[in-house]
Amino acid sequence: MGMKSDIQLIKDGKRLDGRKPNELRDITIKAGVLDNADGSCYLEWGGNKVLAGVYGPKQCLPRHLSNPYKAVLNYRYNMAPFSVDDRKRPGPDRRSVEISKISAEALERVVLLEKFPETMVDVYVEILQAEAGTRCAALTAASVALADAGLPMKDMVTAVAAGKIDGTVVLDLNKAEDNFGQADVPMAVLQHSGEIVLLQMDGDLTQKEFHQAATMAIEASKKVYELQKAALKDKYKERGSK
Amino acid sequence: MSVEEVALEVKGDYVRQLAAKGMRQDKRKMDEYRPIKVTPNFIPHALGSSYVELGKTKVIAGVSMAVGTPYPDTPASGTLMTGAEFAPIASPLFESGPPRPAAIELARVVDRGVRESKTIDFDKLCITEGEAVWMVMLDLHVIDYDGNLFDSSSLAAISALLNARIPKYEDGKIIREETSGKLPVSKKPVECTFAKVGDVLMLDPTLAEEQGMDARLTVATTEKSICAMQKGGSGSFSLDEVEGLIDQAFKKGKALRKLL
Repeated sequence: MGMKSDIQLIKDGKRLDGRKPNELRDITIKAGVLDNADGSCYLEWGGNKVLAGVYGPKQCLPRHLSNPYKAVLNYRYNMAPFSVDDRKRPGPDRRSVEISKISAEALERVVLLEKFPETMVDVYVEILQAEAGTRCAALTAASVALADAGLPMKDMVTAVAAGKIDGTVVLDLNKAEDNFGQADVPMAVLQHSGEIVLLQMDGDLTQKEFHQAATMAIEASKKVYELQKAALKDKYKERGSK
Repeated sequence: MSVEEVALEVKGDYVRQLAAKGMRQDKRKMDEYRPIKVTPNFIPHALGSSYVELGKTKVIAGVSMAVGTPYPDTPASGTLMTGAEFAPIASPLFESGPPRPAAIELARVVDRGVRESKTIDFDKLCITEGEAVWMVMLDLHVIDYDGNLFDSSSLAAISALLNARIPKYEDGKIIREETSGKLPVSKKPVECTFAKVGDVLMLDPTLAEEQGMDARLTVATTEKSICAMQKGGSGSFSLDEVEGLIDQAFKKGKALRKLL
């Protein structure tokens, strides 16, 4: 956030990529794209390309980590070395460990893990191409992959970010806006209850601006949710036509 | 499962029962901090340091500095690195070894509060553009653990940064004994953490309350703005709850700032 620059991010009410302040980037979601995984999802969100795969419920290993009351949910957010301009050193870094932790906690709210004691569910998300907003794209895709795996869930998790650029609250920051903007608020919400299951923020916001950003993100999540549902339905439509 | 983990689980259940009746184990109000003690410059040999007690939680923050090459995208700015160690001395629940996700999260949330508040003037930490800048290293050392490491550590962090001095740098050498001024720190970002236990929201959770909680929210504020937030735990918040907590964080933040 907040690298200095002379770049004007909003001109005549339009952003550099031509979007209005409350407009999402183009999103396409496809469910069931991997053969080996129990559930999977491929998602494109602007320039982000994300692949999510779910394995499980399966035997919990190592055994001592198993929980007698519920399944353990593991989430691995992983950036491919070629996903960013400067090669990302393979393997988990501090950023991806943190993202994995809070994303797992968000999903724990919806997956009925108590139905599968002593087991584990692995959720793997590969960021193939990154262009700001990868944690939201990843979590949105992971939620579809979990549903595709047939895991019982209370709701879908839908993640969208809002932020602030040139003093204006906007939806879904792109790369330049993420680098040179003033604030970023990634959020994940459940559509039926309105619960917030993931919330982070960095930058500089007043209380009023936060309210605007959060409302904008929640509103936009409804659109993303429809795309998530459509992706799951499409998978079966395609199967039926074969 | 160790004996300590089992005992903690029992305490967590107890905390939940109490919260349902609107009570806390230590009889605190829901919006009340445990006693806080800040001792700046606790380790005089370090360039900056502070020791914070928050109830039974004890944390030391230390500042070290080194000269290094700047990041290519910010050639005229110094850098900040924050690390956290849950030393096994602090709790039977901690083990030695590389930092676990909880320690990484703590370091990153404290870092974000400091960095995003723009309290450190990184431009003043430039020695030669593109070649040499000061790298500030902020290390958080948990030495006794009874919950709410976010607030205690961020308080120790900003307190340590406020009393940190920059060593002298001459002919490519750092002269630790001499100082070339104080670290340019202008604001006092502080973090307030709330736990949600059942439907009850409480400030400054103890370890037992963290065990019993469904979710937590940390809000970092300066005088006027929110500079960082982090939700944790497998529970959730409504937007109204979040906004109410932000409001409280501003109020409680004022009191915390007076301790610095």
